[in-house]
Amino acid sequence: MNKRNFSQGLNFIIIKISVFVVVAFLFFIIFHIFRNGISSISIDFLTKPPTDSMTRGGIFPAIVGTFCLSIGALIVAVPMGIISAIYLSEYTKGGLFLRILRLGIRNLAGIPSIVFGLFGLALFVIKFGFGSSLLSGSLTLGFLILPTIIAATEEALRGIPQDFREASLALGATKVQTIFKVVLPAALSNIVTGILLSVGRVAGETAPIMFTAAAFYKPALPTSVFDEVMALPYHIYTLATEGTHFEQTLPIQYGTCLVLLALVVLMDIAGIWIRLKARKSKKW
Amino acid sequence: MVKIKTTNYNLFYGLKQALFDINMDIYKNKITAIIGPSGCGKSTLLRSFNRMNDLIDGVKAKGDIFIDDKSIYKDWDVVELRRKVGMVFQKPNPFPKSIFDNVIYGPRTSGIKDKRKLNDIMEKSLKQAALWDEVKDILRQSAMSLSGGQQQRLCIARAFAVKPEIILMDEATSSLDPISTAKIEELILELKKDYTIVVVTHSMQQAARMSDYTALLYLGKLIEYDKTEKIFTSPSNEITKNYVTGRFG
Ligand SMILES: Nc1ncnc2c1ncn2[C@@H]1O[C@H](COP(=O)(O)OP(=O)(O)OP(=O)(O)O)[C@@H](O)[C@H]1O
Ligand SMILES: [Mg+2]
Repeated sequence: MNKRNFSQGLNFIIIKISVFVVVAFLFFIIFHIFRNGISSISIDFLTKPPTDSMTRGGIFPAIVGTFCLSIGALIVAVPMGIISAIYLSEYTKGGLFLRILRLGIRNLAGIPSIVFGLFGLALFVIKFGFGSSLLSGSLTLGFLILPTIIAATEEALRGIPQDFREASLALGATKVQTIFKVVLPAALSNIVTGILLSVGRVAGETAPIMFTAAAFYKPALPTSVFDEVMALPYHIYTLATEGTHFEQTLPIQYGTCLVLLALVVLMDIAGIWIRLKARKSKKW
Repeated sequence: MVKIKTTNYNLFYGLKQALFDINMDIYKNKITAIIGPSGCGKSTLLRSFNRMNDLIDGVKAKGDIFIDDKSIYKDWDVVELRRKVGMVFQKPNPFPKSIFDNVIYGPRTSGIKDKRKLNDIMEKSLKQAALWDEVKDILRQSAMSLSGGQQQRLCIARAFAVKPEIILMDEATSSLDPISTAKIEELILELKKDYTIVVVTHSMQQAARMSDYTALLYLGKLIEYDKTEKIFTSPSNEITKNYVTGRFG
């Protein structure tokens, strides 16, 4: 074996080991949570509020809260994200301004979520006076996923062949008609996939909501956007750190983890499924 | 009668000049073929007629083109121009929508909402494109499920649905089998009584078979433009002679 072949072989082994470690780690986490959490799961656990200083009962308010926060984040981020992506993909022609814009968006995606949390606290909770509420939390989470949604949408739009745009314009459609009647519909499945994947991410975030929306204990379901809500990741966090009955709540913590994980995985699977289904039906 | 008139038309892709001083009168209700070796500017010239080149960054035009004696740059609104000048592309490019939605895309974007009217337009256009019998039972199916030849005829139907007066075809049959090609050629001959048709083609036979007038482009210049018969039997230019007899470099 010569030197080059040897180093190539070595590289290959390193790659294999790395992949194995990653996958093994993932499976270990999932397995561990599943094994410890599955015993807590019951209809009551999923549909009842917590009781006895949160040492018993279910996590229903936290499920609802996470659901509302996710929807709220989408309402904030999806329109803005899609419009921004349309601007970037269909209306800009390169140049310095565009590069700065792109750099900004990419950096936004790299900002730690706790910074978004503090930003939300300063701006929405205090400055705008929304208080710790569904509204503040949704806005904060919305801004957190905005860059991901912009990037996913822009990629989806760029994946649409120029042929479609030309065909539409050649038929006397305006640019706006072309975008909304041809380009966006053709890109829709990929956009939805991108959105689902990013929601999965948001649903599991704690830092952005701990100052802006999450309640430690609030069994009543929210009735307005100015209500505080419980949320799955924050529930886990509080039980694991602040509870005086740490040991006692361990099964609930694992159960909540499992529910959160299942939610995220479900969302990811839905996203991937839509992408696969769409890929089968198009041939361009 | 002259339908399209170009006057000293020059076109630049950035610094690269693709068309040089084109002066050409294209006649109403005739089929005009544009021929020439690859890269000579046929597509560029064709795409000038409905201002599709405007979509490309850095394109600049000098001179003017008149359609119905109105300048396409100064007098025509570009959206209206493109409704009047339909285009069929080399590669079939139906939208990823149903056959029905493809055909009525143009009329719909121009604001027609009446269902019955849209249906009429759809049926008439598909019949014109000799596709009706093949698709009348599957109008709601995706256009992507059609064969290449059917897709191209769908694109022709889609172009007709806008009720254009001029149809531009850029090697519209080059990706099709001989039977589909024959069908489309037949169709074009059928249509010339109502339309002005300009085709770009690489096939000498096709140009000779179908067209009334033929233009030869070479390196962005209009070398010769005359009745098709004249071009193929007694061309006056040496380049034309070599090109149509296939003795080209
Ligand atoms: N988007 C573009 N940007 C820059 N140059 C271009 C562009 N499109 C075409 N050209 C150049 O303009 C010239 C004419 O191109 P055009 O596509 O009109 O040729 P054509 O006669 O249609 O060729 P073909 O028979 O291969 O389709 C070529 O030299 C080509 O390289
Ligand atoms: Mg061409």
